[in-house]
Amino acid sequence: MTANRLRLNWSTQKLLSRAFQYIVLSLIVVIVFTPVVILIFGALKTRGEFMTQPYVPPIPPRWDNIIAILTRPSYSFWQMLRNSLIVMLSVTSAVVVICSLAAFAFARMKFRAKGLAFNLFTIGLMFPINIAILPVYFVLRQLDILDSLLAVIVVQTAFQLSGNIMILRGFFTAIPAELQDSAYIDGCTDFGFFWRILLPLARPALGAVAALTMIVSWNDLLVPLIVLNSNKLWTLPLGTMQFQGQYGQDLSLVSAFVVLSALPTVIFYFFAERQIIAGLTAGAVKG
Amino acid sequence: MQPLQPLPAIPSLYKQKSGTAFPRRLKDGLTVFLFLLPALVLFLVFVIYPIFQSMYYSVFDWKGFGPAEDFIGLDNFKNILGDKVFIITLRNAGLLIVFSLLLQLPLSLLLAVMVGRDLPGRIFFRTVFFLPYVISEVITAIMWSFLYNPNPDRGFINGVIVAFGGEAQPWLGDTTLVLPALFIALTWKYFGFHMLLYMAGLQNIPHEIEEAGRIDGANSIQNFFLITLPLLRSTIQTSVYLSVLGSIQQFILVWIMSRGGPVNASETLATYMIRFGFVRFQLGYASAVALYMFVLCLIFSLIYQRLTREPDYLSGL
Repeated sequence: MTANRLRLNWSTQKLLSRAFQYIVLSLIVVIVFTPVVILIFGALKTRGEFMTQPYVPPIPPRWDNIIAILTRPSYSFWQMLRNSLIVMLSVTSAVVVICSLAAFAFARMKFRAKGLAFNLFTIGLMFPINIAILPVYFVLRQLDILDSLLAVIVVQTAFQLSGNIMILRGFFTAIPAELQDSAYIDGCTDFGFFWRILLPLARPALGAVAALTMIVSWNDLLVPLIVLNSNKLWTLPLGTMQFQGQYGQDLSLVSAFVVLSALPTVIFYFFAERQIIAGLTAGAVKG
Repeated sequence: MQPLQPLPAIPSLYKQKSGTAFPRRLKDGLTVFLFLLPALVLFLVFVIYPIFQSMYYSVFDWKGFGPAEDFIGLDNFKNILGDKVFIITLRNAGLLIVFSLLLQLPLSLLLAVMVGRDLPGRIFFRTVFFLPYVISEVITAIMWSFLYNPNPDRGFINGVIVAFGGEAQPWLGDTTLVLPALFIALTWKYFGFHMLLYMAGLQNIPHEIEEAGRIDGANSIQNFFLITLPLLRSTIQTSVYLSVLGSIQQFILVWIMSRGGPVNASETLATYMIRFGFVRFQLGYASAVALYMFVLCLIFSLIYQRLTREPDYLSGL
């Protein structure tokens, strides 16, 4: 009898705590979504509707703003999208190739001054781009590549190296040494082992690094802001910021632009969530 | 010193197998070098060299045109320390760190524990809470600027306050409210990231340990503080580290939402540096600010490494 009542109490207690958990978590879901929902509401209203009733759902939805941004050449949405794509794809391929080469050397090869070289790269973690941007600007000016997508690409790549080398090194170290020994006994060169055995095995890790780099590069504002002058070269984040500055009075138009510029990231996130999360947790644990 | 041993004779079979004109040692060295070359070049040119270059420029009064000639020694460094606005940036960095450690991280930890390991729907919550982290800082900043609009018919937050009979606040236009307002936007964006770290950390704690605690009569609060929290130590250290470094170098959100204003009230180290570097073109001075930031991060990193154990990534070498 007592035991029975105890069990009942325990399960009601559990039920109550579950209910409490769900209430709190749902509240946070609402808080996370509120800014996004209000933005989407705004994007689907006319300027007049936005002024008179800013917070009610857009019924019926007005697609005029969205269509204007997608079709009017003066808003140059597609051009910014293209620039962002060029930068993101170049940076991601460069980071994956360069970091896996270096991580291989650190994880799998013996050489003198290895500790020193590795520590050099850890400095990169303490010298993030937000701090380095001014000195980096001098270097770009000396190289005479300011105001080009190339400059954005090399700088973003350089500042993605440290973290991703650490992540990949962790993954590469975990691959059993016997595999390497037997490959070498069978006459494989270092590069042959790296290319034919290690990289295929490390595909999930490469996916994580790629997904993470894509997000970071796509979202970056600072480097384009400092490096790019010509509006033909603006990337999407820079263009979004400038668009807000120029059309700031028309909140519904700006909302529409912001929604459209957020859309690629959000879609990508739902497809690559697993890779992004794997990369971030590995990075934080290793670096 | 050990006496030199005669080298064992190399079997002729092995000798021939290397098959190239290079001595083996040199060839290995070259391979390593080639693997590291691309990373080293980019890193030296765009990360390491700039550090030294900013050291060079920091001792000049330099507007960025022509060579730096007006050598002024350590004056830039002294003038920075004498600038009230710089002191405000340090105060703001300190406040952001304190807010983060006392509010943002505990909130993230609480949510991670609530979502836990087996709550039905945990993947849904994780996906939603992490969403703000992948949305760019530009978009976050513009969205939150809208929310903070002082006019209750434009800004949702004031709209809610007025609807409940309160008084609309100027938020980003008020010297005391601006920093908390920015911090709320930062928390919205970053809590999911820290929650994710804690969830990964919790995943690594074997369920049996907490089970054992429960059997030994610990209630869930005791269990959390005496078992879970100590076992999460290294995860918490990582998240604190990232949070502090993030607070020191905060830029985009502040630059777009408040421009460091009103009257410098929300100026951060990074906005201060960018303002002097790219708005006023006092490049020597701004270089010195960059060096202060670098040293700040360096000192913090060194203290952090002292206080925590050696980071994992060094043990494998």
